[in-house]
Amino acid sequence: MPEVPVLELKDVSKHFGGVRAVDGVDLAVARGEILALIGPNGSGKSTIVNLICGLFPLTAGRIVLDGADISDMPMHARVSGGVARTFQNIRLFGQLTVWQNLWVAQNSGEQRRQGFGRRWFGGSRSARGEVERTLEFFDLAHKSNELAANLAFGEQRRLEFARALSAKPALLLLDEPAAGMNAEEIDQLDNRIRKVRDDGVTILLIEHHMELVMSIADRIAVLNFGRKIAEGTPASVQANPVVREAYLGTPEQV
Amino acid sequence: MDFYLGLIQIIGVHTLLGLSAYCVLLTGQVSLAQAGFFAVGAYVAGMLTVLAQWPLIPALAVAALVSGAVACAVGFPALRVKGLMLVVATVAFGEAVRLFFFNFTYQIQAGTLHLGPHGAEGFRQIRYFPENGWSTLDVVLFIWTVVALVMAGLWWLDHSRVGAVLRAVGEDELAAQSVGINITAVKVSAMTVGGFIAGIGGGIFAHYTTHIEHAQFGVVLATFAIAYPILGGLSNVFGTLLAAVFIQGFLIEGLRFMGDWRNLLFGGLIVLAMNVRPRGLLDAGTTRALRRLFAPGKERSGA
Repeated sequence: MPEVPVLELKDVSKHFGGVRAVDGVDLAVARGEILALIGPNGSGKSTIVNLICGLFPLTAGRIVLDGADISDMPMHARVSGGVARTFQNIRLFGQLTVWQNLWVAQNSGEQRRQGFGRRWFGGSRSARGEVERTLEFFDLAHKSNELAANLAFGEQRRLEFARALSAKPALLLLDEPAAGMNAEEIDQLDNRIRKVRDDGVTILLIEHHMELVMSIADRIAVLNFGRKIAEGTPASVQANPVVREAYLGTPEQV
Repeated sequence: MDFYLGLIQIIGVHTLLGLSAYCVLLTGQVSLAQAGFFAVGAYVAGMLTVLAQWPLIPALAVAALVSGAVACAVGFPALRVKGLMLVVATVAFGEAVRLFFFNFTYQIQAGTLHLGPHGAEGFRQIRYFPENGWSTLDVVLFIWTVVALVMAGLWWLDHSRVGAVLRAVGEDELAAQSVGINITAVKVSAMTVGGFIAGIGGGIFAHYTTHIEHAQFGVVLATFAIAYPILGGLSNVFGTLLAAVFIQGFLIEGLRFMGDWRNLLFGGLIVLAMNVRPRGLLDAGTTRALRRLFAPGKERSGA
């Protein structure tokens, strides 16, 4: 009997008026894998992330996390249930320090159980170990007292990744984490995503940077016009003529 | 001398009013309901000491709880709307409270006197301080003790995770939700604490003026309430205190010699202050500079 997937989308649709942004998508993310979601602009990738994290309600279908239906849960409850995300256009708390950005994000189920008083009224010391480890991992420890708004672009991207991890998610949704990064930063990002996965976090990655996708994804799902047109290993997706037609381009065009 | 003591009383009570708006503003909500909570606190505390003969401190505590409960009840529907709509909703609430007290009469006979709120005439003879032999100086000390306690409490909250969460909600509600913060709970809690503090302020106000009436709790007072934290800056509670001193002490009393021109200058100076210091009189940069001045080298050590 196969293991229950971390996340399952069952015939999920989202229509905005007459626009079928997502149209009957089935998708299962297995525990511990990196699943990349690719497709042309406007194909519904970000909408799927927004549906999973609960930004807006589904038009049809169900979303199941760890066997539990989360389709009607409010956004904040899904975080303690184990889903965290980053944003395509960075949304940090600019006037909070780097440290505080991670501190406020400690809302996992486990962190909630540590006791109301300590969780809300403890000083910044009460969170020290966890925040420090995360900052260290993202090479932001020396910036811990800086306001997030004053960080360089690459640092802000790292901080957002770090903030999403602070809620100790089982499933992490990364929405174009490599956008605007240079080659060296993408290399570091590649390493960090792998390490996070090795720590037991399942990752759903949306990305246009194909080199990164092909290098780290265990499986790839391809969307076009709100529908899933292919799913499989990087090699099989790359070889798929439908995908080439819709998104990757034919060899002659490259 | 009494003039200055009176002024210091006003500044103290208005600091409390400003702090009540400070809590709410941290979450990014502009509420003009604070004068309404202040009014509820004033009437409840006054009725408890005058009609029920309670001592002052329990009366203030109950007034604060009642105002906090009202704020919580107002918070749920009001905070579903945002921005300008929230301003309109809270103004409407403030006016509803004012009109309630405009029509509210509950009097008892005590000898030849009629005691208690009497509709449009207001609520006279809240004589707890003179009856119990408090001098003006005693009252001043009492008010500022309360102000200090409230400021200390808010300072502590500001430096706990609560403060960071309130500010996170104020900055970006969507991002706050995406990291697992229940923004409705946070905003309603902030409103409740704000109502609680406004209730204490109103209760004290009723007792040192000895006479309250509906007209004192209108939109002008509500505007003052949010002007203090906005002018003072939201980086910490001392900004609100500074702004209350600046507005009440300098702009209102200090410019009295200018007669009717005062109001014009008053508005002009506020606009000027906001232009020179857009993040408030006491912004994060100034706070950091002051800290460096008094404790050089400690800046980097804490988180």
